[in-house]
Amino acid sequence: MSKQDAVDFSAFPDAGGHFGPYGGRFVSETLIGALDELREMYTRLKDDPEFVAAFDYDLAHYVGRPSPLYLAERLTEAAGGARIWLKREDLNHTGAHKVNNTVGQALLAKHSGKSRVIAETGAGQHGVATATVAARLGLKCAVYMGAEDVKRQSPNVYRMKLLGAEVIPVESGSKTLKDAMNEAMRDWVTNVDDTFYIIGTVAGPHPYPQLVRDFNSVIGREARRQSQEEFGALPDALVACVGGGSNAIGLFHPFLNDSDVKMYGVEAGGEGLATGHHAAPLNDGVPGILHGNRTYLMEDDDGQIIETHSVSAGLDYPGVGPEHAWLKDIGRVEYVTADDKEALDAFRTLTRTEGIIPALESSHAVAYALKLAATMNADQNIVVNLSGRGDKDIFTVAAIDGIQV
Amino acid sequence: MTEENRIDRRFASLRAEGRKALVTYIVAGDGGPENTVPLMHQLVASGSDLIELGVPFSDPMAEGPVIQKGHERALEHKTSLRKCLQMVAEFRRDDSDTPVILMGYANPIEKMGAEVFADAARDAGVDGALTVDLPAEEAGPLNRLLGERNLRNIFLLTPTTGDGRLQQITDLASGFVYYVSLKGVTGAGHLDPESVRENLDRIRRHTDLPLCVGFGIKDGKSARAVSEHGDGAVVGSVLVSAVGEAQSADVARDNVAAIVGEIRSALDR
Repeated sequence: MSKQDAVDFSAFPDAGGHFGPYGGRFVSETLIGALDELREMYTRLKDDPEFVAAFDYDLAHYVGRPSPLYLAERLTEAAGGARIWLKREDLNHTGAHKVNNTVGQALLAKHSGKSRVIAETGAGQHGVATATVAARLGLKCAVYMGAEDVKRQSPNVYRMKLLGAEVIPVESGSKTLKDAMNEAMRDWVTNVDDTFYIIGTVAGPHPYPQLVRDFNSVIGREARRQSQEEFGALPDALVACVGGGSNAIGLFHPFLNDSDVKMYGVEAGGEGLATGHHAAPLNDGVPGILHGNRTYLMEDDDGQIIETHSVSAGLDYPGVGPEHAWLKDIGRVEYVTADDKEALDAFRTLTRTEGIIPALESSHAVAYALKLAATMNADQNIVVNLSGRGDKDIFTVAAIDGIQV
Repeated sequence: MTEENRIDRRFASLRAEGRKALVTYIVAGDGGPENTVPLMHQLVASGSDLIELGVPFSDPMAEGPVIQKGHERALEHKTSLRKCLQMVAEFRRDDSDTPVILMGYANPIEKMGAEVFADAARDAGVDGALTVDLPAEEAGPLNRLLGERNLRNIFLLTPTTGDGRLQQITDLASGFVYYVSLKGVTGAGHLDPESVRENLDRIRRHTDLPLCVGFGIKDGKSARAVSEHGDGAVVGSVLVSAVGEAQSADVARDNVAAIVGEIRSALDR
């Protein structure tokens, strides 16, 4: 019997934001007041019927939920094993799961009475999702984005600007997502009186890992109900990609107490785990403290955070949500990797077999699902979180193919 | 009864003389690791009472652009926590009186191991630590280890720290308390001496520890303004900027000497 059998996963995090030894609130005292305020507001609102109804309404009418659970028949055939079902988060407004969370946090921002929201973004999906809800609510919006990512993701930069957001390139450190998050925190400390910080993933200081998880858990709640409707049982396995881990925890969390449902989080293997050029802290990192929480990190022998590599900008992050760190340690979720090449192959396979162009992030999940399905029986079911669509990635893929678009 | 510590001794003698403390911050390894210890001696010679030695970190979340760049420059020289401890040990060969506080972030300590760090800090002659991202509720284990070795635990208090929390923090704090004068990152520019006064009065109701004020202090005038109601001023960004702009180690020392000297004389006036 494994340790997890005794755990009620819905009871986490604890009051201090801990998932076992992970999580917490490792920030400068300058931020504690703002985090306390957010925690109190969220505790008050999360079960408030009016707040819940407003959130559900926005998910249905603005995001377009529920997203379908789609049986990918030709993909299943290609894998040759278990049936592969895609949870179609790519069909959400703005094209990814990120909007579930920004709609929820925007409601919190509105309740807080603050007139400005800020966000960090890597690939730009969370930045776009934040700029979108800010436009809808008439809030001022600033998005911090690493200068490197601004160059790599110009279509999303322009989208954010069209939506009225100010995109601020971050020139410090490695000029990527982690530095954008540092800079957003600095902005928040300075402008805390009128600014609400919309964090895009299940990392950061408590209560962010909890509230971002809760807002994305609609993915798993729907998938649970849809599985019963479509095949009359719970899935045998769930597969999702893990960068910070928000789409994965969104799918996994409502199933964690169902011990028969196996779960696989797929990290970015980059050029391969052995090369060190990857973004797989759960597979090849160590516990440490960054961005307000204790979790697995990619770092050097002196405890300095190191640069990561992945073909997908959205997985290019040296940390991971603390709940994933804990789920790894207790063995409830298995964390595996798909490298750049496997992800690109899966990107092409799904595009050609199903007519669905997936985000490169989600392609990592598809890549692992193809391998996993082949080891399972034809009467078993795998649910893959297709967390985003791949329109934003066609330039990256074209460049790899040597084609100028 | 606790053993003597250089920080306590320094504040006791300043109090006896009726003087304010000048706490100076530089980033270890900034301007070249070989120049850090001479720079520390220069700080003392120019009138610094306590030295806060910044331990470089790749993601210094609470720092403004000036000190961030200092961290980046220091990391180009691969200035590790271990190296910082060696610098303090070297400084101690010629200065056995000036308190040295390590100011940094939790992860390098976590990587070294808290107990290994606590032992090494004591052995190097460190007198206290301020770990920016270890707030009261997460600081317990490291605090205990440092306390057992007679090192002081310096905490930040801010304008947004409520009264309940103030008590929680001052119960854990030792050596002195570092009051952050504004909402913002290090080096920000909107200092409000009136609000500093009100908050220092509020903090006084919770602790007898010396109160030093930092963030946004650039010169003698601002240092004097904030320390009028406290026990001292902390100066960082303006020094890090002087080190960063200097073309040579000699120029860096001269720049730092001029800044510290000016603030010292304003505080003693």
